[in-house]
Formats: sequence, C-alpha cells, structure tokens
Amino acid sequence: MADLSTDFLGIRSPNPYWLASAPPTDKQINVLRAFEAGWGGVVWKTLGSQVKNVSSRYSAVDYHGSRVMGLNNIELISDRPLDLNLKEIRECIRLFPDRAMVVSLMADNDRQSWQELIKKVEDTGAHGLELNFGCPHGMTERGMGAAVGQDPEIARLVVEWVMEVASIPVITKLTPNVHSVVPTGRAAVEAGSQALSLINTIQSVTGVDLDTFIPNPNVGGKSTFGGYCGPAVKPIALKMLTTIAQDPVTAKVPVSGIGGISTWKDAAEFMLLGSTSVQVCTAVMKQGFRIIEDLCEGLSNWMDEKGFARTTDFIGRSVPTLTHWEDLDMNYHIVARIDPAKCIHCGLCYIACEDASHQSIQLTPGNPYNTYTIKEPECVGCNLCKLICPVDDCITMVEQRLGEEYLNWKEFQQRGLPLNDH
Amino acid sequence: MAILPHRLTDPEYAQNFSDIHPPFETRNAALIDANRCLFCYDAPCTKSCPTGIDVPKFIQQIATDNLKGSAHTILSSNIMGAGCSRVCPVEKLCEGACVYNLMEEEPIPIARLQRWSTEKAIADRWPIFQRAASTGKKVAVVGAGPSGLSLAHVLARSGVDVTIYEKETKGGGLMTYGIAAYKVTPEFCEDELNYILSIGGITIRYEQELGRDIRLDELQQQYDAVFLAFGVGLARRLDIPGEDLAGMVDALRFIYDIRANGYPSVPVGDKVAVIGMGMTAIDAATQARRLGAAEVTLVYRRTQEEMPCTTAELDIALLDGCRILWLTAPTAALGENGRLTQLLCSRMRLGDPDNSGRRAPIDTGETVTLQVDMVIKAAGQVPFAGLVAGSGLAQDKGRIVVGPGGGVGATDGSTDRSGVFAGGDCVNGGKEVVDAVQAGKDAAAAILNYLGVTKK
Repeated sequence: MADLSTDFLGIRSPNPYWLASAPPTDKQINVLRAFEAGWGGVVWKTLGSQVKNVSSRYSAVDYHGSRVMGLNNIELISDRPLDLNLKEIRECIRLFPDRAMVVSLMADNDRQSWQELIKKVEDTGAHGLELNFGCPHGMTERGMGAAVGQDPEIARLVVEWVMEVASIPVITKLTPNVHSVVPTGRAAVEAGSQALSLINTIQSVTGVDLDTFIPNPNVGGKSTFGGYCGPAVKPIALKMLTTIAQDPVTAKVPVSGIGGISTWKDAAEFMLLGSTSVQVCTAVMKQGFRIIEDLCEGLSNWMDEKGFARTTDFIGRSVPTLTHWEDLDMNYHIVARIDPAKCIHCGLCYIACEDASHQSIQLTPGNPYNTYTIKEPECVGCNLCKLICPVDDCITMVEQRLGEEYLNWKEFQQRGLPLNDH
Repeated sequence: MAILPHRLTDPEYAQNFSDIHPPFETRNAALIDANRCLFCYDAPCTKSCPTGIDVPKFIQQIATDNLKGSAHTILSSNIMGAGCSRVCPVEKLCEGACVYNLMEEEPIPIARLQRWSTEKAIADRWPIFQRAASTGKKVAVVGAGPSGLSLAHVLARSGVDVTIYEKETKGGGLMTYGIAAYKVTPEFCEDELNYILSIGGITIRYEQELGRDIRLDELQQQYDAVFLAFGVGLARRLDIPGEDLAGMVDALRFIYDIRANGYPSVPVGDKVAVIGMGMTAIDAATQARRLGAAEVTLVYRRTQEEMPCTTAELDIALLDGCRILWLTAPTAALGENGRLTQLLCSRMRLGDPDNSGRRAPIDTGETVTLQVDMVIKAAGQVPFAGLVAGSGLAQDKGRIVVGPGGGVGATDGSTDRSGVFAGGDCVNGGKEVVDAVQAGKDAAAAILNYLGVTKK
C-alpha cells in the first residue's frame, strides 16, 4: 500500500486531496462531513471583505449528453459573518487535528485590513493561509481578487504586507486570466510567499439561452462574466502549472494544483507536473464528498503498480519532458496501424483523415461494412485517427524512425535538409 | 373445442395488444441513446436501409435538439418512416448492421429513435415538405398502400396531381390491414396517412377496385401516367385434402379482420395451427394467442436455419407461448360435420438446396397428428394473377415485370406499356413495407422523368 500522506511546508494531511476554497468549504457542517468522508484537508472559503451574493449563481456547459463538463459561477467570497467562520474553523481543527486547514483570504486592499485579518485567522490554529488573488468576478471591480493577481506589482505589495505578520505558511493563489501566470508567481515568491496554488477560475460566458436570448446564469434578465472551472479547464491548468514548475524562481516553492481534477488520474497528472497537493471543487459540487474514496484508492493502486512508495517519488517527474518545440526529435516518425480484427468499420478514422488530415486512409467499399487501411507513405503520424477511433487499441501508432540519430529543428535547419517533403 | 369471438375482456384485449416496442417517454431517454451513436461514416445502418435513411444524421439531429431536421432527414427518404419505425424487421436491417454489434454491444435503438422524431412530426403536423407549383400533370395510382403513397408524395412534392384508387375503405395497405395490431394501431395508420396527404395534391378514391370499378385503359386515357401498386393476394393454398373445411382460414384475412373489425369480434379457435414461418405467420400466431387461443402451434417444413422471419419475431411467438414444430408439413385436414378437427402432418428432413438456395424439405414418411379446430394458412402469398393477366402487361408468374433501375436490386417501375408503371408487392411478390416505399420512390423518379417534370 502506497503512502499517500502529504507534507506541504509542514502542513500535513493523510492524502494530497484538499477541497478548494469554494462552497463545499464554507461552513463547519460541510467541512466535518468532508473530513468524515476522508478528505485530506480543506482550504476554507475565502474570508475578508463583507459581501452579499445574488441568485442565481452557477451555469454549466454540457457536452454530448454529459452534464457539467465545465461549471461557471458568479458567487463571491464567504458572505457569512467573519466571527462565525473563525469559530467554526477552530472547531473543525479541534475535531480533526490530522487534517490540513488552510484558510483563503481576500482583504480590502490595504495593509491594515490584510494584517488584522491574518491575526484573527492565525488565532484559530489554522495551518496555512491562501491568498486569493484570482477571483475573476465581483471582487475585481473592488480592486481585489484577480485585480491583484493580474498585476505582479500589486501582488508583490500585498504579499509583502502579509509576510510582515504571517507566522504560518502562505500560499498565493494565481489567476489564469493573464497571458502568463509566471510574472505574478515570481512576484509573490520574491515577496516571500512560501508556496503557490493554481489555477483559479477562467473568465467565461457559458452560453446564451436561445429562447430568452439572455446568457447564463440569468440574474433577473441580466448576466455577468463568471469564473469557469471543472474538467474543461484541466488542460489549461496543466499548462500553467508546468510553466510555474519550470520557471527557476517559482520552481523553488511547492505548488498546490487546481483545475478540473475529478479523478485519481487527473490528480496523478497534476502531481507528475509538479503539484505537491491537489485541490478539488467542481467534482464534489457535482457528486459530493464520497468521491474521495476512489480518488485515494485509485492513486494508491497506481502508485503500487508503478513502484512509488510515497507521493514525493513522482511529484514533478514529468516536468522535464515538456520541452520547446524546436528541441523535439524530427527523426521520430510514427504511422498509424489499424488492427482489422478489432475494427468495427465505423469509418470515423477515414473521414477524419480524409476531411481534416492527410488523406492517408484507404476505403475499400463493402456492403454494409467498408474496410479501412492505412496508406503508410501518406501518414504523417498525427494521431487523429487513433484519437477518434471508438475501440481501444484498434489503431496503434507504430514507430518508423526516419534516421537513427536525434535531430532537432535547429540542427535540421543548419544542415539545410529539405522542407515540405510531404 | 370451438372457434369463438369475445374470448377475453376489454382490459385483457387492451393489455394483449398494447404497443410491443414502447416509445421513449422523455427527451432525456432519447438523448441517452442518441448520444451513444458513433456517427459512422458511410454508415452500415444507412446502407442496410432499403430507403437509405441517413441514420447517423437523423440521430445526431435528435442529439442537437433539431427534431424537425431529424424528421425531415427520415421522411425525405421514407415518407412512412414513422410506420416503418414500428414494423420494420430492424434486426436484419439497420440495427442488425449497427457497428456496436461488432463490439458485442447492444446496437443503437434506431427504430425507437426514428419513432421519437417522426411521431412528433405527425402529432404536431410539422409542415416539413412544401408542394411545388402545379405542373398540370396528373397521375393515377392503383392502391393506397406504402408504395402508392410513397410515390404519390414524391409526385405531389413536385407539383403533380395524384389520384389514388383504393379498393378498401382505408388507406395504408398492408400497414393498415396486414400487420399485427401490437405493432401499429389503426389510429396510428390513419394519422400517418393523413400526415402524408397533408401536403395536398393527393386524392384517394376509396372502394374503387381495378377490374371492377375502374379499368387500366380508362385510367391511361384520363391521366398522364398510371402507377399500379395493388399488392398481392391472399395466402397460398396448401393443396391438401380438407382445405375447404370450416376452420381453415387465411392469415391475411385473419389479420385483416383484427385490424378492420376490432379484437372482440374476431373468432379464434381453442387449438390453432399456423402454417408457415414468415413474418405474417408470426403475426397470425401471436395474435391468435392474444385473442385467447389456448394452444397455438407453428408448423414449418424446414428448420430455424431457413425460416423467413427474424429471430426477434420468433422470440415474440415463443414468449407468447406458441409451440413450434420444425420439419413438419401438413398433408391433410380432417373434420366432422364439415368442421376441422385434426391436421395430419408429415415429418420432414432436409435434402439438397432447392431454387431458393435453401435446403429442400423431404418427407420422411413419419407422421404427426395435431388436434386442432383452426388452421391459419401463412405459407406465402400469391399474386393477383387474374388481375395482372387482365391488364395485358408483361408478367412473371403473376408478378408484373418492370425495368431495372439504377441501384442494386432497384427498378424504375416501368412496365412494357408506355406510361404504365408498377411497384411494391405486385412486382416483388411480397416484401417489407420499407421495400414498397423505396419501390414507390424509384417509380416516382421514373414517372417524373417520363413526364419531363423536375423532381423537387
């Protein structure tokens, strides 16, 4: 049995799964239920400036019969009284001392507000602080949330205020609503933030109601830009995570990965690209706390299969394999192969290749089943057919190197090798 | 033992004849299956449909909430797409070809999805087709069955006025009169017919029979072209002693009575034998059971290997408690006081293949005697030989001979007389509704070409 326990700057949790700062972590009743279910830790829903929320608050993108591929929200930070939150945080720590309790913060944009808030939160016995520099709606108009995260210098200033008083680890949460998360990440680390978490939600409009013509979510006939999360944002989050893991400044601090994590596989991928812990929200909003069982068991079984005794054995392991395009090996060449015994003759590979790729699949008519074969000299090894094929391992990509040696683009150009040979 | 009507109560009839393949109840239910469709290219399901319905397209249109588009996709290939979704032997057509079968998975329920779109079109009278401006051309059709209606709709869309002469009091042909009532109800057949006619330009004259009320040469004089689609006649005779005893009935007549007169009024025996193993034999046997027959035995001279019905149909009969006697052929009907009491049969074995390519049954000399009070004959149907002979058209054993069409197995419906076309069962000897619809489409194209009218 693999050891899933996690040590994040001394914040210990029995597994790497934390609930992200969001509705599932906004009060004692939820958090105790989460801990009972087995969650490793929580990031308590953001405390700070007093707010009031609207109704409705969420909208979603469904895809091909599946609900909530992506979730959008226009909810603000906690709208409960600060004292009540602090009291409940203290109680949750008392009842579950082995779980991570990190508190998300977003104070009014001045030194005093931040520092007073931090003192109150530290009094609860919380193990860490997460600075919410990411919330993309509502708070930004007031100079908070993403308005801080989008400007590295403002972020640096706020982190400096925080570090003047913080005595427990500080994690800065980054907004993805920037061309790169690295500048703000660097500013936070340079200002003393001991860790980073990413990503917060992505600004979005999930859709427009085709009967009322009003975008979702509808608040009395109007809508507003919301924050998008859930499985749809995972690839974007992984990319941003990798840039943090590869930057010489930000790579020095641990990262808590966030963005569409729904399964143990997602978690393993985030950890392979540098996350020490992972945070989950949308999957729980859709299915409840009970998903923690498979999140842990699946990860543990995979680690056993791969021979990883503890999570640190593989955290960041895939980071060096993401490289610049120009460093890729141009002699590496693969071609598709269709297993006729597995083919169900759906023709999806054919029409994808014919209409959208390199016309590399031969159709031999049959009634009712056509036969499809690869025209190997035409195949560029793009993977499209394999991605489209509904049958596992029916289409495989077979390596047919163009040359023995590693040959990157720079070398290719220097040698004056021929272009456009296909 | 006796042949009696009114064997059951009304609730029992209602239960026995309720929809055997119930429709989806909700959009969600339809979407689960619609979204499972892989959207195959050059799809095997489409290629296995005699009318070539673009199945992946209409299913994707259900998934995108474009139900009108979905109905249009179906009905533009098959105007009786709603009826076909209930009566087609899909397990040997579209659903049988679904690629999921090759993954050992359940195929997409294509018929049920097709019913989802087309029933809404009919119920809400979606005006999917527009009639082109009148061309002034007039075509007469004999028979308001699937091929006649399919042809009429294509012609009406293209601005040709169509008059259909129908010998019965209702349209729809065998869809209305010849198929088990648990597959299509009379109300449904009427709704579908009215929907087809709603395009305008099609008039049906009922109780007009060729050779009795109308004559081919008169129609030729009054119209620019004539399409013969009068179907096939009653069951093939068994040619055994005792065939005229009371209790020997014709399967199509039996089904016709159920469809035309209602369940309670149709007499059925206690112990019934059904001769044959085609779709009509199954429809007769299952309905005999559902009308209250105590014992129904299907008698077939070959084996399951050669049976014309599908396995799904056989399963309906077995689930209804019908007994099957394979390799058994009737040799004589015996009676008392003119009433059937026994059916004598021979046990058969299979010999070498015959003209049909199937192994021929050979009498073993061993006999079986069935105690029966009713025998339903469903060993194939015979053409209206007299009618065809009277028309003077070229024929082959009572089937009208037509010219070859473009596709495999297709015809252009043209007879050896200019301006006279034919299609459906009176040409092919008796096939599925969906085949008749395609024959109507093929002949319509030929007639438009003959009339010099552009197809719309």
